[in-house]
Amino acid sequence: MTEDLRDLIAFASKQEMLAKSKEFWNPDKTQFWIDSGVPLVIDRREGYYIHDVEGKRLIDVHLNGGTYNLGHRNPEVVAAVTQAMQRFDIGNHHFPSLARTALAEKLVQSAPPGLTKVMYGSGGGEAIDIALKSARHATGKRRIISVIKAYHGHTGLAVATGDERFATLFLADRPDEFTHVPFNDTGAMEAALRAADAAAVIMETIPATYGFPLPRPGYLAEVKKLCERYGALYIADEVQTGLMRTGELWAITKHRVTPDILVSSKGISGGMYPVSVVLASDAAAQWLTEDGFGHISSFGGAELGCVAALKTLEITTRPEVRSMVHYIAELFTGGLARIRSRYPDWFTGIRQDGLVMGLEFAHPQGAKFVMKRLYENGVWAIFSTLDPRVLQYKPGILLAPALGEELLERTEVAIGQARDDAARGRR
Amino acid sequence: MNEDRARTMLQRAEWAARAFAGYDKQTVDRIVRAAADAAAAKAREYAEWAVRETGFGVVEHKVVKNLACSTGIADHYAADDYVTPKIDPEAKIVEIPRPAGIVLALTPSTNPVATVLFKTLLALMTRNVVVLSPHPLARECCADAARTIAVAAVSAGAPDGVIQVVDEPSVPLINALMTDERTSVIVATGGVPVVRAAYSSGNPAIGVGPGNVPVLVDATADLAKAAKRIVDSKSFDNSVLCTNESVLIVEESAATALLRHLESNGAYPLTPADRDKIAAMLFPDGRFDIRFVGKDASWIAGEAGIRVPARTRVLLAPFDLVVPEEPLAHEKLCPVLGLVRVPSARRGIAAARAVLRLAGRGHSAAIHSTDPATIMEYAAAAEVLRVAVNAGASLGSAGLETNLAPSMTIGTGFFGRSSVAENLHPRHLVQWTRLAYNADPAEAFGDFRGAVPWRAPAGAVPPYPVASNAVITDGGSTPEDLRDQIRRMVIEELAGILHG
Repeated sequence: MTEDLRDLIAFASKQEMLAKSKEFWNPDKTQFWIDSGVPLVIDRREGYYIHDVEGKRLIDVHLNGGTYNLGHRNPEVVAAVTQAMQRFDIGNHHFPSLARTALAEKLVQSAPPGLTKVMYGSGGGEAIDIALKSARHATGKRRIISVIKAYHGHTGLAVATGDERFATLFLADRPDEFTHVPFNDTGAMEAALRAADAAAVIMETIPATYGFPLPRPGYLAEVKKLCERYGALYIADEVQTGLMRTGELWAITKHRVTPDILVSSKGISGGMYPVSVVLASDAAAQWLTEDGFGHISSFGGAELGCVAALKTLEITTRPEVRSMVHYIAELFTGGLARIRSRYPDWFTGIRQDGLVMGLEFAHPQGAKFVMKRLYENGVWAIFSTLDPRVLQYKPGILLAPALGEELLERTEVAIGQARDDAARGRR
Repeated sequence: MNEDRARTMLQRAEWAARAFAGYDKQTVDRIVRAAADAAAAKAREYAEWAVRETGFGVVEHKVVKNLACSTGIADHYAADDYVTPKIDPEAKIVEIPRPAGIVLALTPSTNPVATVLFKTLLALMTRNVVVLSPHPLARECCADAARTIAVAAVSAGAPDGVIQVVDEPSVPLINALMTDERTSVIVATGGVPVVRAAYSSGNPAIGVGPGNVPVLVDATADLAKAAKRIVDSKSFDNSVLCTNESVLIVEESAATALLRHLESNGAYPLTPADRDKIAAMLFPDGRFDIRFVGKDASWIAGEAGIRVPARTRVLLAPFDLVVPEEPLAHEKLCPVLGLVRVPSARRGIAAARAVLRLAGRGHSAAIHSTDPATIMEYAAAAEVLRVAVNAGASLGSAGLETNLAPSMTIGTGFFGRSSVAENLHPRHLVQWTRLAYNADPAEAFGDFRGAVPWRAPAGAVPPYPVASNAVITDGGSTPEDLRDQIRRMVIEELAGILHG
């Protein structure tokens, strides 16, 4: 750390820092990680490594839901943003902008056909809100349908689509307008849509915070068909599944669904400057021709974020990267199956689509045991908030073979140790 | 394409190399054959393309080279095995072949497609993946050829990314590739700077230096045959092979007769005045003007304002002394052949050494003689690592008209500041893990017969990432499987069309 930086953010000790974190920031969350055996305060970071302030090195397979798909401080993204900072800043959100326009064009080119306009936010929640508002404007309807245990963020509308834990806490649940149906249940979906009063169905292509339960083959296409039948728009939340994680740029294309709206955030920032994007069809983006000031966001589509996103998209769409993701996925398919065959009574299931993986364990809090042991063994992976049996396991899309093998070895040891912990009933 | 993109290619290559290193012999054979056949089917197309793009050489001759470097190479090494472990029960040693991994192949403008094919096939035989960086003057034909064989190789079962090519080569990009620690070995064919850069990269390198080939004709030679071979060789592909004759050294007593035979084969002896015009034109500032690389003799004469018979294939440029300031004693990648008369074979050997002092140490020489003593003396004196005897130098040293390893890459060894002394051979791209038992006779040697650690791939490598809940284990097909199958069928059909 440079001296100037140390002057701004250094503390006398980790203990002092954690105490102040509780005092000035978030007491519950700070204590939670201490209690979970993951007393992590991330200092420097590069590639797929993060380092605790006390020096412990961890391989990051949380990646903040794909924010660090390309690794931490990816040198190419850093270079692009650094160059941009010599000339640009956040920009003025009212005016046409070089970076916003360039990114919008590239995004439209990358997307399934029919998505023709791009709207910008500063984070995933805001982008979801933009998507929902656009759908309501386009359809003139108010109801939004999502799946139970969905996770679309914490802003005003987005939070109401998700699990009640986060909505009721802030009295932000709106059961009259937001309907939740079971995942993978076409009948329930149709029942919710039948009144034809829904503006949209919003779906994560694979629900992340619920532990990546996989959509049954054909399910998403059936939902899209129901949307068409009952006049609702299909919003694909690709915040976690997009950007090549499943071996295609946008996971929804693997399901042969052309959404009316597609949302991306996290990874599109390159992990360097927050930005979120909403891709919409002309029909879904009507407000842009009616009242372009309809959604205003000072930081939405910040120009530095757009430059980070342009570079991120360029890297991600290299044919070499798609090929690598397929190789990496194969490594983990084989490696995890071997580990599972060693602990079949404990490591009970693998949900995998490319590099989106949920590892199931035979204990209601199983993934928390595994998370702790992984941490001790130098790997950072997070349990699924809405289903703590399941560990989210998300290796980077630029992972090298050697690191992949190392990661599997660490994972195997940690899973074995966690099995004993769970059997002894402690964590 | 920038350096970052190039590094991404290496990262993909790393995955492909990891997969390919575990392939079995049968699959490797199938891949090599498919790649060779695909290249041979387009031998003429790429010969024409290379001449069109670079302006160097002769289409007919490039067809010969493209065939030699595709099916020719595959046939030549068909009986060799760089995959299966070798067992030596006497020595109690088992040797397990281990590919280099990622071969970075730099290819020249003069023999562009042939070198791409050659290096790629050697890599495939030894289960290496290859990243090709063609010379900028020949990048389009080389990139297309690389893609053609890549499609054929992958449709025959090779891992995705086994052959990659740099579309827009540049010096910084090549440096980035050469210095990257993922590059296992650099095989550099090109000018001195690129070869030196390869050796300076910090990575293992097989670099080959330039040639400057002396050819000695002594009084014992069959002069008619020698003359024909020299003219054929010097005019082959308009002298773009680095093995082509540069300076003809003839024993005085045989000179008149040899000249007569040379002329009857299409060589045109320049007058001293015309020779000076040619020398000034080819070496305007003491350096060879690449405008004349691979151009035919009549055109070169015309450019110098010299009228020559239409059938002229080679211009003979006489000079007296092989010294650095004599431009015609230097390498000429065009059908202009220096001519020096010497009073004896012994003086001829000295002249040959002088030619090689200027350039081409470690490369090649040729001799036409029936006297083994002279031939031996010549070969022992000239600082080269191959001497073509009673054969044209171009194809003789390249192994096409001799029994040397057929090669577009000529090792120049310690003389030429290179690590390889032979014509590049598949064995240069593979090393062997030696499993060595205790020599004590009391320690029994294991039975390794039939123990092969390699496997044939089960399908596409890597497989398309199908969601785990869509995988049907009872042998049924998911839609994704089906799509993958269709994709493979299309690739195979395309490959079939390529095969003609």
